[in-house]
Amino acid sequence: MKISTKWLSDYVNIDVEPQVLAEKIERTAVEVDDAYRLEKGLKKIVVGETLEVKNHPNSDHLHVCQVNVGAEEPLQIVCGAPNIAAHQKVIVALPNSRIADNVKIKRGKMRGEVSEGMICALQEIGFSESVVPKEFVEGIYVLPAEAEPGKPVYPYLGMDEDIIDLDVTPNRADMLSMRGTAYELAAIYDKKVSLPTPAIKETAAEKTADYVEVTADSDLASTYLMRVIKNVTIKESPMWLQKRLWNAGVRPINNVVDVTNYILMDYGQPLHSFDYDKISGKQITVRLAKAGEQLTTIDEQKRELSAADIVIADEKGPIALAGTMGGQDTAIDEKTTTVALEAAVFNPSLVRKTARKYNLHSEASMRFERGINRQTVAEALDAAAQLIADLGEGEITAGIAQGALENIASVEVKITLTKINKVLGTKLTSEDVEDIFRRLGFGVKVDQDLFTVSISPRRWDISIAADLIEEVARIYGYDNLPATLPTGELVPGHYTHVQKMIRETRQIMEAAGLTQAVSYGLTTAAKAKSFLMQPSEITQLSFPMSSDRTTVRMNLISGLLDDVAYNVARKVNDVALYEQGRVFYREEGISRPTEVEHIAGALTGLFETATWHDAKIPVDFFLTKGIVEHMLYSLGITTGIRFVQTTEHQEMHPGRTADIYVEDKYLGFVGEVHPTVAKEYHIDRTYVFELDLQKIVEMPKQSEIYTPVSKYPAITRDVALAVAKTVENDAIINAIKKTSGKDLAKVELFDVYEGKHIAADYKSLAYKLTYQNKEKTLLDEEVTKDFNKVVAKLKEEFNVEIR
Amino acid sequence: MGLKDKLMELQQKALEEISSAEDLKKINDIRVNLLGKKGPITEVLRGMRDLPKEERPNVGSFANKVRDELTNAITERKDRIEALKTAKRLEEEKIDVTLPGVPVKAGQPHIIMQVIDQIEKLFLGMGYQVVDGPEIEEDHYNFEMMNLPKDHPARDMQDTFYLTDNNLLMRTQTSPVQARTMEKHDFSKGPLKMISPGKVYRRDTDDATHSHQFHQIEGLVLDKHITMADLKGTLQLIARTIFGEEREIRLRPSYFPFTEPSVEVDVSCFKCNGNGCSVCKDTGWIEVLGAGMVHPNVLKISGIDADVYGGFAFGLGPDRFAMLKYGVDDIREFYLNDVRFLKQFSQRG
Repeated sequence: MKISTKWLSDYVNIDVEPQVLAEKIERTAVEVDDAYRLEKGLKKIVVGETLEVKNHPNSDHLHVCQVNVGAEEPLQIVCGAPNIAAHQKVIVALPNSRIADNVKIKRGKMRGEVSEGMICALQEIGFSESVVPKEFVEGIYVLPAEAEPGKPVYPYLGMDEDIIDLDVTPNRADMLSMRGTAYELAAIYDKKVSLPTPAIKETAAEKTADYVEVTADSDLASTYLMRVIKNVTIKESPMWLQKRLWNAGVRPINNVVDVTNYILMDYGQPLHSFDYDKISGKQITVRLAKAGEQLTTIDEQKRELSAADIVIADEKGPIALAGTMGGQDTAIDEKTTTVALEAAVFNPSLVRKTARKYNLHSEASMRFERGINRQTVAEALDAAAQLIADLGEGEITAGIAQGALENIASVEVKITLTKINKVLGTKLTSEDVEDIFRRLGFGVKVDQDLFTVSISPRRWDISIAADLIEEVARIYGYDNLPATLPTGELVPGHYTHVQKMIRETRQIMEAAGLTQAVSYGLTTAAKAKSFLMQPSEITQLSFPMSSDRTTVRMNLISGLLDDVAYNVARKVNDVALYEQGRVFYREEGISRPTEVEHIAGALTGLFETATWHDAKIPVDFFLTKGIVEHMLYSLGITTGIRFVQTTEHQEMHPGRTADIYVEDKYLGFVGEVHPTVAKEYHIDRTYVFELDLQKIVEMPKQSEIYTPVSKYPAITRDVALAVAKTVENDAIINAIKKTSGKDLAKVELFDVYEGKHIAADYKSLAYKLTYQNKEKTLLDEEVTKDFNKVVAKLKEEFNVEIR
Repeated sequence: MGLKDKLMELQQKALEEISSAEDLKKINDIRVNLLGKKGPITEVLRGMRDLPKEERPNVGSFANKVRDELTNAITERKDRIEALKTAKRLEEEKIDVTLPGVPVKAGQPHIIMQVIDQIEKLFLGMGYQVVDGPEIEEDHYNFEMMNLPKDHPARDMQDTFYLTDNNLLMRTQTSPVQARTMEKHDFSKGPLKMISPGKVYRRDTDDATHSHQFHQIEGLVLDKHITMADLKGTLQLIARTIFGEEREIRLRPSYFPFTEPSVEVDVSCFKCNGNGCSVCKDTGWIEVLGAGMVHPNVLKISGIDADVYGGFAFGLGPDRFAMLKYGVDDIREFYLNDVRFLKQFSQRG
């Protein structure tokens, strides 16, 4: 809502700088988007009078004009506007002037003719094209004849007015009008408003009832009023009205439409004008549309109506969509002589639905949705009718046709001083509060602690005590509130077990060298369905914004691979990311998915780049597996972890993927992304893991109890085995542990070899066995005895050869 | 030549030998040769037998003196050789300390998580609980319990991703977590003090300042005597924790359906200290969050007696905080996870 302080000054006398006023409004009422004056930054732009306009000798569209700018000699200015003509008052940017966007105009030559400045269109001096009258959009603007050559143009165009652009919140729709804003400012500055009321002059001879009869369902329109103005001449509105409209952001059209828009801005009351002669019959009905009915609205769109739309209908059918847009067939045009003028209050939720359905959000529909001052419907109608009659030399028929009329009364709200101070944390006195209510224009009765506040219908946003507390707080000033902290019983705050474990997991990942990514939770159906850990139905949006974000994710890996791809595309080839977040699994037949916390990682390129000091470390399966193991150990899961070769994951390399179990619980998987999938993502070899973090968190933790460190020396034995490639390390380790006797403290794989020094189907595995006893020093012979048993067992079970 | 002379000659020769010894082996050999059981001094002392009884003490003490002096000379020389050896080794081991250190491989938290962590810690310290809730919500919790019935115009402020089941949606705010907590809270166990951090979604086209996914932290305090001054003090604390101790805040009237009064909260510009710059658009203030006193309808819907209990709520955006604090000018950076972006925010504390 653009507020001209000049217009405002007609209603309330506030003598402060516009910037100060804007700041005050922002601190006390609603946000201010901008405070500006159109003339600001412009220089040397004056009224000119075209004395002579000739065609340019070297151009088929330029004109050479002699322009009186109030100086002794006229200026020669070349102008290309199609509507330039002699004896017009025009906007002239003199040499060395500044027009909009800080553009400087210089003396120059255009195709050989001297041009001392520029004749301007409104857009060129800072007007938004949306407010420029249609006839001047394509050319220069022609000022009224009385404009005096040489004088600055600003006052003629209202550019010397200060405009404050309010961003009105949905609850303060009372400020979507000049009058509402005047009341608000009067309260802020403790002033009185003085609002003119219309003095309607009706023509006694003609009765409105003879022209129209209106009926309205009061559920659809709680108030529906109509007046008729006869013998109207449609023409351009006077400058004062045009200025007010374009300064309010509205394009002037003609005297009738302009008046309805003016009253809309002034009272906040939407009005609609019909060309009476185009209405069929005299019966006008406000009703719901019937299935199959159609209406061509003034934007020339033919619309199929539904039974949820309120329409204004004549005897033939709908002539307007109530509160949103009028019909083309009954619109005012230059030939209109009789105007039927409507002022109403339509059902807000139905207007909202219609506006949404047809995407017809307008100044009118917005006000109906948010509410309007139901006390001034008739007054606004009268003011508009009178102004139309005045500007169009018309006559107003006697009486108002009334389809419905709501009886509006003030609302009473009770509140105590104690409550106000208790909620705000203030020590306001009864007088302080009473004064604030008085400034707001509320009626107030004080009975000891209790205020009974009577609120006028112009503040329909106030209906409960909390609303009054807000009024007191903002007028008193939020800056005046003390700043304290809640007191009372102190309960220690702490993370829950799950929250703590999740946060620990993130730190473990970071310590392991992975950086946290936060990817999008919405993805494509295909990506949502990939890298699944369990079967699940997809969950989709009903109206996605883009085809990339239609489905809720069911895995984290695909998001991480998007991240890897983004990096690789930007030549960042070494990536080690993890993500902790939710996936959404859904069962068939149940619409709500369950949300499960997962942890996943994706690594590609080098884990460590080569330095002058160390060799590079490329990412591989075992590095990735190591990270997973480290995480599990750190989270207290030290036993029963199994990595089981799997070919079940379609998107994973079948030879390089392991499912991860703890005992029989499935936790997730780790491995290399299938080369085909990697290619689809345009990435190189990438290793990933994804685990169900919730299951990990819920798992019993290994309790940490101190084990005494043995005082006795350890003895080690190394053994290298040649075994068939198919034999897994896990099997050998298990066999060693099973056979080795009670003194085996540790067994480690320290070398793996495949190559020309060993048969083709064989590999060499080398283990270090560490023996230690807590009570005594082991003898070499004891260890040898145990060790030989192990070797014998390995030979027997795996047919190994000792190397 | 008497024994004494022999000893003196021996001493003279030995001292020369000692002082010319260049390594530890040599000096060790000298020691063994000279002072050992078969060495010349022992030899000399053995010759004492042949001396008259009265001369023995004199020669004996002289011989002991020679032995002590030689022992000292050997020790000194040994120390000297060791010192030289150490000095040589140190000289040889000199390195270029300006060569780069070996990088420590460390990942780091996402910048938004860092902001969330900071705020969580602040509120845990003040006795708030951190409460999580579902990202897919029912219309009921996301809107209706927040005093936003179906046709409420303020629903336009939050364009919503509904699921194919139109009763479900991607939560547009983390306030439904408050609704769920309020519904269950037992005030006999103390006041309700909570924050709820998490992801939220809006039906927006992604650009530099809009993202269809972002984060929110909502806070809620309900008790019998919570004031708007308490809200102001709490908000001041948030601003100072995140943006620095010198920050001031100001409240401006605003509108949220779930609070009344509702305020928008500005923090004094931390770039220019209120003098005016591009970050604060020359106003000296930056809008950082929304807050207010919980609307009585919200309490009633949750079955809480609005005449007895009341309190405040606030909602802030970690994304916006991070953008402001670190000067990030494109919100999409947070979700594209360019490693070069993520790695920039590695400072702790």
